[in-house]
Amino acid sequence: MTLRVLAAMSGGVDSAVAAARAVEAGHDVTGVHMALSSNPRSYRTGARGCCTLEDSRDARRAADVIGIPFYVWDLAERFHRDVVEDFVSEYAAGRTPNPCLRCNEKIKFSALLDRALALGFDAVCTGHYARLENGVLRRGVDPAKDQSYVLAVCTPEQLAHAMFPLGDTTKADIRAEAQRRGLQVADKPDSHDICFIADGDTRRFLAERLGTAPGPIVDQDGNKVGEHDGAYAYTVGQRKGLRLGTPAPDGRPRYVLDISPVTNTVTVGPREALDVTEIVGERPVWLSEPPSGPLSCQVQLRAHGEVHDCVAEMVDDTMRIRLARPARGVAAGQAAVLYDGDRVLGSSTIASTVRAAV
Amino acid sequence: MTYLDHAATTPMLPEAIAAMTEQLGALGNPSSLHAVGRRARRVVEESREIIAEAFDARPSEVVFTSGGTEADNLAVKGVYWARRAADPNRTRVLAGAVEHHAVLDAVRWLAEHQGAEVEWLPVDELGRVSPDTLRAALDKADDVALVTVMWANNEVGTVQPIAELAAVAREHGVPFHTDAVQAAGQLPVSFAASGVQALTLSGHKLGGPMGVGALLLAKGIDPVPVLHGGGQERDVRSGTLDTPAIAGFAAAVQVATARREEEARRLAGLRDALIKAVRTAVPDAVLNGDPENRLPGNAHFSFPGCEGDALLMLLDAREIECSTGSACSAGVSQPSHVLLAMGADPARARGSLRFSLGHTSTEEDVAALADAIGPVVERARRAGLSA
Repeated sequence: MTLRVLAAMSGGVDSAVAAARAVEAGHDVTGVHMALSSNPRSYRTGARGCCTLEDSRDARRAADVIGIPFYVWDLAERFHRDVVEDFVSEYAAGRTPNPCLRCNEKIKFSALLDRALALGFDAVCTGHYARLENGVLRRGVDPAKDQSYVLAVCTPEQLAHAMFPLGDTTKADIRAEAQRRGLQVADKPDSHDICFIADGDTRRFLAERLGTAPGPIVDQDGNKVGEHDGAYAYTVGQRKGLRLGTPAPDGRPRYVLDISPVTNTVTVGPREALDVTEIVGERPVWLSEPPSGPLSCQVQLRAHGEVHDCVAEMVDDTMRIRLARPARGVAAGQAAVLYDGDRVLGSSTIASTVRAAV
Repeated sequence: MTYLDHAATTPMLPEAIAAMTEQLGALGNPSSLHAVGRRARRVVEESREIIAEAFDARPSEVVFTSGGTEADNLAVKGVYWARRAADPNRTRVLAGAVEHHAVLDAVRWLAEHQGAEVEWLPVDELGRVSPDTLRAALDKADDVALVTVMWANNEVGTVQPIAELAAVAREHGVPFHTDAVQAAGQLPVSFAASGVQALTLSGHKLGGPMGVGALLLAKGIDPVPVLHGGGQERDVRSGTLDTPAIAGFAAAVQVATARREEEARRLAGLRDALIKAVRTAVPDAVLNGDPENRLPGNAHFSFPGCEGDALLMLLDAREIECSTGSACSAGVSQPSHVLLAMGADPARARGSLRFSLGHTSTEEDVAALADAIGPVVERARRAGLSA
């Protein structure tokens, strides 16, 4: 069946090949580059970005080669509000957000999709490495590139209008295919990190927006062992950059255990104290039938993180996830994505964790 | 295909293609002193005479440039520099608020980098600069380097009272520049009668090739060059003259000005039919610009509740080509400074489309738009103003 497909084209190789594959599948495809900054120069430049003038030009050129109409849509306001400001306020609240995931949920498969549907399109196609068939979302076959984690926050309704043509292919093969198709972006480096932080310095980006708020770094007994310029700059499980004046009595490295925005305190402790046995997730999304009781499955707790056996259960509006073995470095604000093998079952946003008794 | 974007560029006239093609195969740098150089020089000078005659200027007043943007930059920056060099107090620039970016950004650059004081001359809700406004601005300042106001607006088509404005500037002894890129070929443009000292022309807006234009410069107005080099054009503009493009430009000017009156009447008829058709299909569409004094080929509307980009895309999918008429940055439309200066709110400014007619436009073009615009606006309204 021929669908009217809107191909989101970032200017990178993946979305270009995805658009080309949608055309080859017989769909009526239009390319759209999302302008996410009202001043394109203010975001990353060169190889690292996804929002620069160069990226817009690369996307346009790819659309020319593929032979599809191309437009730039200005989604800067929505992106700023729903992704950038959310990112800052999440850190301010002591959590560790994943902006790519938020962008999929709020921009690509919300703002962009809604507008596309209203204008008569049937689906939005992206270059994500994930497989989607009959509403079933699976990991992409390239384990290094799999992006099912950052898509798992999308609802079944959102995914019903999504198209991911790259999930069955490895990145290396996509680059080779781009070369064969004559796409100039075939050799373009992958984008990394966070597209809206121009120099990659997240701490400074946050400091410019949240100001400095000096406070204590304490150990588990509440003894002050150092100082910080803002609790928001820390992530649970972080070891580097703590600049602790007082060494641990046993001389072992210490990790961020907790961030309390209310008391502006960062708590540090030994690695074992990071062990988490249970996770409470909010805003649950089910891509499969919501379970009526405990569900044995696997969970992934951060992008490209390891997979843990678990039992998940709905308790009122929250998702309770008991881990078979303790996991470390579990940060509130990240997504807990449930899998059955390579199939995504559902997700929730980590609200709190239960630590193992040390 | 229904091409309703002649203000962006209009098809080359067959006479211009023939004249240009003939020169593409011919050898000669017009600045060379030998026979082939003289041959090329003759083509350039004949072209200069044709253009001068068409716009009621002297041949020596025609300075060829690479197009309208270069001519605007030369006039604005060059005259500013020359006037300031003659008297260091002259740092004020008076410019229309609805100028094309080639003037607007050149003026802004002077303000940001060359110490210019800019006064933007406000426009009324139809986009007109009043001679009284200019008079008031000139009466209270004795440090004005130049005044620049476009002849006709590229977005909304409003025609300015150029002769009156130029007369006010002349009373105050201040040089007056006008960007006549959209006016030339559509309106009667007389350099001599207008009283302006500098006037910008572009080749491809009137049926000539892209990449060529001219600045008509009155005797005694000697802008400081923007491009330095061989001094080919009156020592004001350097660069090897593009003989084929100049020949094509002159051929287009000759044809366009000869047919102007008849063609303007024809276009105005088509335009009025287009305006009527759009209003019938979309009763709440707002016609922007001056309903009386507007370019014969221009119709510019705001469609309440629509995003101009969405309208453009939906029309494009039906092979109807038009423009949102506003400038782009990375392809992102900004709300038009022209509409904002005319008092439109940003939503109305963003929901606008320009339909511009030209020498190849027909009744079928108008009919195609009449059929499409209703459903397209309805669809775009569903998508709303912002995503």
